[in-house]
Amino acid sequence: MTPAARHFPNSEVSGAQTLFDKLWRAHEITRRSDGVSLLWVDRHLVHEGSHHAFAQLAARGIDLAEPHLTYAVVDHYAPTRNRENIADADIKRMIETLEKNAKKHGLKLFGLRDPNQGIVHVLGPEQGLTLPGLTVNCGDSHTSTHGAFGALAFGIGATEVAHVMATQTIWQSRPKTMRITVSGALGAAVSAKDIALHWIALLGADGARGHAIEYAGAAVRALSMEGRMTLCNLSIEGGARLGLIAPDTTTFAYLQGRPYAPQGHDWARALDDWARLPSDPDATFDREVEIDAASIAPTLTWGTSPEEALPITATLPDPAGLDPNRAARARDALDYMGLTPGRPLAGTPVDQVFIGSCTNGRIEDLRLAAAVIKGRRAKVPGLVAPGSALVKAQAEAEGLDRIFSEAGLEWVAAGCSMCVGMNGDLVDPGKRCASSTNRNFKGRQGRGARTHLMSPAMVAAAAVTGTLCDVRPLLEGCA
Amino acid sequence: MTGWTHHRGLAVGLPRESIDTDQLIPARFMSVPRVQGYGPYLLHDMRRTEGGTLRADFPLNRHPTASVLVTRRNFGSGSSREAAVYALVDAGIRAVIAPTFGDIFSGNAVNNGLLPLTLPSAAVDALLTTLGTDTTEVAIDLAQGHLRLGPHLYEFALPEVWREKLLNGWDDIDLTVSRAEAIATFRAGRKMAAPWVWPNH
Ligand code: SF4
Repeated sequence: MTPAARHFPNSEVSGAQTLFDKLWRAHEITRRSDGVSLLWVDRHLVHEGSHHAFAQLAARGIDLAEPHLTYAVVDHYAPTRNRENIADADIKRMIETLEKNAKKHGLKLFGLRDPNQGIVHVLGPEQGLTLPGLTVNCGDSHTSTHGAFGALAFGIGATEVAHVMATQTIWQSRPKTMRITVSGALGAAVSAKDIALHWIALLGADGARGHAIEYAGAAVRALSMEGRMTLCNLSIEGGARLGLIAPDTTTFAYLQGRPYAPQGHDWARALDDWARLPSDPDATFDREVEIDAASIAPTLTWGTSPEEALPITATLPDPAGLDPNRAARARDALDYMGLTPGRPLAGTPVDQVFIGSCTNGRIEDLRLAAAVIKGRRAKVPGLVAPGSALVKAQAEAEGLDRIFSEAGLEWVAAGCSMCVGMNGDLVDPGKRCASSTNRNFKGRQGRGARTHLMSPAMVAAAAVTGTLCDVRPLLEGCA
Repeated sequence: MTGWTHHRGLAVGLPRESIDTDQLIPARFMSVPRVQGYGPYLLHDMRRTEGGTLRADFPLNRHPTASVLVTRRNFGSGSSREAAVYALVDAGIRAVIAPTFGDIFSGNAVNNGLLPLTLPSAAVDALLTTLGTDTTEVAIDLAQGHLRLGPHLYEFALPEVWREKLLNGWDDIDLTVSRAEAIATFRAGRKMAAPWVWPNH
């Protein structure tokens, strides 16, 4: 009998279940009268920003319930250059605080000098800490990334981080379920990033609010783990609580042999377990959205919310034709972004580019960007920050770093870098940046910075042309 | 944290959509220890010019004593940064009224005694019209679920646990510790069913 069935004899045990239902049921310890559930947390990932939670714990004089299920990672403040001499006192203190807290509580720390260091959402999967069937929490909204493995993974706030530390559990109201089916095949140079920006533009930045999304369909099945992580990563930008993709042979092949993945007899048992996770064929969802992959063009944002995205072939909206609320918002966004209503998006000059982040800082992303850049020169400056030290080493083994450097882009050490600028990698006020990241909020990459979100291939195209442009013609003739 | 039942104060309108957590507190202030107070960083880049002086025409600058914000859809969207809630609370804000909120933001708000009050768009529009660029007296009764703002009276229902947490200033850790036995039983079962959850077990 499953734990849920043991605690809730009246709950429906038989009947078709979705992947989400199965995960929820397997982690539900108890349920309050108001329907809010206490869930067991299998993995807790903490980073420099978790200092508030450590402070709350210290103030109450309590220890971590499960230090062996808690992993500490330096990423948000990680300097991407000159790590030996951190000049900024605040950055140094943030990193040292995490180091001290990890030591005090006996946590495994992936510190600045660890050969496996990286962005928490790149590192977790890479180390095999992220597995199908687990619950994964982190005080970071892009924890949804880990759902690509069929894990129930969601971001939490600092008070909740303290709660997980103290109890290894989290109170959650059960989200509704939503399935986004992307059928057919993606066109050339169209990627998971484009699927995500496409659906968020379609449904809105709060379009999936209160929902757990399961991504399905042939185009999703065909994605690599890297692509699946990109898709789940961006779930939160459409307002969803979390994103999920059913584990399959692609998932298992990625995980086998990773340092923290089960081995031997455990691996065989785990595979058995994981094979039962996919949604039952006749399971139903609260909402269904269907998208034809062939209808998705390379997509990028023009405004200051991820929902303000358009195909590269489109023209900018004209507030004159919108309802008053939308018009005010669009006018404000166009004004902040320094764009003219009604003009084509393509051809807009950019000042710089950034390739990296937990959305698109993995090896496959760097390969795609390098394929566009190879043999060309960047017309604008730019930064390439791999998502982890392992990605960096792999890219260097493949010679990708030289392709970027020879094109005139800067190749730096792993971390969140210019995605959020906490480590000092900022976009200057008024500068336009083509970026492979996940948030185009005002000031996200620095005060007054103008961010256009797009796939790494599209960022590479912007680098070599100095403008927002369609990557597809550039790739024609490339191997 | 102390709970609250009634609140009387001044409401101010911030008629914008999707005020996200990066707006609520820019990332560069997040390394500051909480004891220093996050109030000065609330909506920092919206409220101030590049030189750092307060913009005279920004609603919260015109009415710095306001304790209730009325705003448009998708407030607090974006990240899990609880510092966004700290900035609001430390600036004296007790409630934010909007048609929709970011999910993680709402949970964080309740954990810090800040009420995220959802009203239909039409109601929010009416409140914003009443407020204009001025403030209006507002009274919130958490126990009854009543909101009075100028001539408007609305009823609202909160999830029961949110209401209890706000009323009592309760903390989840206290609530959970009382379930220690159920947690221990679950843990034992989990370890049997999926030993690989504990790496190198
Ligand atoms: S890369 Fe960006 S979005 Fe991802 S964890 Fe780091 S700061 Fe957050």
